[in-house]
Amino acid sequence: MRVSRRIFIRDGVATVTLGLSAPAFLSAIAQAQGIPSRRLVVVYLGGGNDALNTLVSYQDPSYYSRRPSIAVPAGQVLQVGSDAAGRALGLHPRLGGLVNIFNEGRLALVQRTGYANSSRSHFEAGDIWGTANPQSYTGSGWLGRYLDTLPRPVDALAAWNTTGETPRALLSGTTGVPAIPSASTYTYASPNRGSVALEERAAAQLMASNPASGRPHLAFVNSTSRGAIETLDRVAQATAYTPTVQYPNNGFALALRTVAGAIVKSIGSRVFWVQTGGYDTHAQQGQGGGGGYAALMGTLGDGLWAFYSDIRNQGLANDTTVIVYSEFGRRISENGSNGTDHGAAGVMMALGGMVRGGLYGTAASLAPGSPTLENNSGDVRFETDFRSVYAKLLDQWLGVNSVPILNGDFRAGAPAIF
Amino acid sequence: MSQLNPEIDHLLRRAGFGVSPMEVDTFRDMSTAAAVSYLVDYEGRPDDVDARIGRADHAQVTSKDLFAPDIDIDDARQRWLFRMVHTRRPLQEKMALFWHNHFATAYSKLTNDSGPLQAAKMLAFKPGALRGPQGQLELIRQYALGNFRDLVLQMAMDPAMLVWLDGQFNTRTKPQENFGREVMELFTVGVDFYTESDVYAAARVFSGWNLRESQGYNRTDMNAYQEFVYNSGEHETSDKTFSFPIYSNGSHTIPARSESAGMQDGVDLITALAVHPETARRLARKFWGFFISEIQQPDPVFVESTAAVYLQSGTEIRPVVRHILSSPWFNDPSMHFARYAWPAEYVARAIKEVGWQNFSLDKARTPLAAMGQLLFEPPNVGGWPLGAGWFSTGTMLARTNFAATLAASQKESLGAEFESAGQTPQALFQVMLSRVTPAPFDSVPQQALMSYLQSGAGSWNSAQVTTRAAGLARLLVGSAEYQLV
Repeated sequence: MRVSRRIFIRDGVATVTLGLSAPAFLSAIAQAQGIPSRRLVVVYLGGGNDALNTLVSYQDPSYYSRRPSIAVPAGQVLQVGSDAAGRALGLHPRLGGLVNIFNEGRLALVQRTGYANSSRSHFEAGDIWGTANPQSYTGSGWLGRYLDTLPRPVDALAAWNTTGETPRALLSGTTGVPAIPSASTYTYASPNRGSVALEERAAAQLMASNPASGRPHLAFVNSTSRGAIETLDRVAQATAYTPTVQYPNNGFALALRTVAGAIVKSIGSRVFWVQTGGYDTHAQQGQGGGGGYAALMGTLGDGLWAFYSDIRNQGLANDTTVIVYSEFGRRISENGSNGTDHGAAGVMMALGGMVRGGLYGTAASLAPGSPTLENNSGDVRFETDFRSVYAKLLDQWLGVNSVPILNGDFRAGAPAIF
Repeated sequence: MSQLNPEIDHLLRRAGFGVSPMEVDTFRDMSTAAAVSYLVDYEGRPDDVDARIGRADHAQVTSKDLFAPDIDIDDARQRWLFRMVHTRRPLQEKMALFWHNHFATAYSKLTNDSGPLQAAKMLAFKPGALRGPQGQLELIRQYALGNFRDLVLQMAMDPAMLVWLDGQFNTRTKPQENFGREVMELFTVGVDFYTESDVYAAARVFSGWNLRESQGYNRTDMNAYQEFVYNSGEHETSDKTFSFPIYSNGSHTIPARSESAGMQDGVDLITALAVHPETARRLARKFWGFFISEIQQPDPVFVESTAAVYLQSGTEIRPVVRHILSSPWFNDPSMHFARYAWPAEYVARAIKEVGWQNFSLDKARTPLAAMGQLLFEPPNVGGWPLGAGWFSTGTMLARTNFAATLAASQKESLGAEFESAGQTPQALFQVMLSRVTPAPFDSVPQQALMSYLQSGAGSWNSAQVTTRAAGLARLLVGSAEYQLV
């Protein structure tokens, strides 16, 4: 392997990158195990997405009577047909990009996903979706347990988290997931340059190799440090990617762009985590299909459309599945501040070249007293267990047995999204 | 080795932000008990830190134009960091950081609502030159070791909180649940000790707790402000029943009250929540993680004894913290370095220990964001993911790269300072470790550090000392051992 040395200097601080000649930027482990062809990209909408305004049941009179200010007018929705219960549905007007994917037959919309006795706490609900366990939601995450099934040793970039903190879903008993929120700072910096800087980097790597037996917290920080040093040169390769489309200039789209780079450059990561926030819309959600929620939808739809187009242009759509979910849906009736409070069931999405697009599940009837509601008809009752969607992804996309990972068989009733 | 006894070093890391070379003499001959009093009874220390901003022998600040920490969030961030580094009341700033996480309120939502100037002012305004209520940071500094029930009550009327959790929109016909839920789930009793119907009731309790604008309000006017108002006409007056007792007679029901008397509903609820035994336990557990250990689970004896001090003192925090810092758990040597430093703690301590000559605190702003703790921007109302949650490869690189930035900025001063003391690699190592205080090194990192220094031994002159001192500072501050406090 030919190693060249590149040092950038700014503000007295030198950035030390060991440039690796292609294709050596694949780690030896990833090469030995073969490059996985299927990737899962998880898009998490933080704060509790208002599913009823994402996918609008625009012929339900209760939708309009219970949301007099914030309902999306029927004339504005982007129609996507009717579900199995005959309910006409439309996507939010700012989700034009997703309608394109839907019309190509590559976007699945799974309505009323959730679980019984839905938690209305962001943190509890986030942990429930992360662990896939509504009863006991501490410990490792469902994707972390997937990583635990991979043959040892596991490549340090088997999963790639684009946010700064590790989400519950990616917590693994055996595998640390690198967090790469900003490619430009994912580097090794030194107050010196030249050979002294390289000596320092080598010393830092050696220090981080200390197993620190008897001090597990120190061992944990060391392993994090080691994971950083071991991955940063490969990450630098992936972020040198030039996309085929123009991505919007926001954090969400730029994270997706980085993911596309990692996929196109065949870095070998199987799971990517992308997050976008602001969904806790208690107030100023916006009137008549505009306002704050519309901005969220625009960010989501435009970012996903750019990513999907880019990956498709690269001929990799059939190797990529994106899923989208949030920790809960929101109350049916709007509150006094043009917003909605914490509710229950939500909408999951899956998109990609192998996804069987369409409408799955049935929309709730929002009339008070309807059996599709709960909490004194305040919230939407779940119909599809979210773990059945996880099961589908694990069994049929990632090719592992979902039962041990999910601590149960949730295949029954799973939407046939593949 | 540090120049102070290990108990004092430990105390200053936990109840402060470490110790700078200039502060060593103050603590050198102090007993541990005296040092606890020195920190806890901080009213005896001058509150002069802000007046020292701009002094050449302190850390520097950098501003786009005039330094305006009352109305510009980046300047406010620098002022707070300056306080952490230079305060004579470190425990006050440490507790302010604790409460900032507990009542986590983010600038970004306030900006969307009221614009950047008003958002910064709501969070950081220190009464003085401008008109308006004090910012949320000043509130938590005021109550840093004050009465918790009073703090929650003030928080319910705090303009930043009223925007952050939408209390400003909470009206009689459309109660807003956001604050009502979080005051129970996050600020007091915790998730298992209230019901959904309590959330509805709490929303009604705080209906009419809104904001009003100053005369001729213009959000770009630095003298304009929003302030708390109880809108009696927007208060929902019927009775409200909770799943837990509200009154000392055991009653669970806040009685129906007239509009004009209805503000008492919120006072009653907050009082009931503050004296709830689960609030006492929850605070005790949070203090365990903040002061004692994130490695070991809270000792039930600690939780019960700390909760008892809290309840017996009428929800006063000062006796609670004094109890904790004087307790056997705190002084147990196995608890030393048993916490993961928050990024702000890490940055402040690194600056104090390595040096601040000509160093602008603005250089810590972007790194702090990359480490996961941009001040005034917690990720959500639950605060930051603490403990091991701070650490990922990306955030670890942000920490080590900040160590490089700091070491690079102090390269010349470290070189000059250590030119005589660091006449051999071994001597340089010893003198650096007398001020930079990571957790003890095992042999692997110790040898890695020594061999890094030995690489320069062939030409060990003053230029080599300057180079290796900076590299050593970078390696020490960027080490895993230094991330523990």
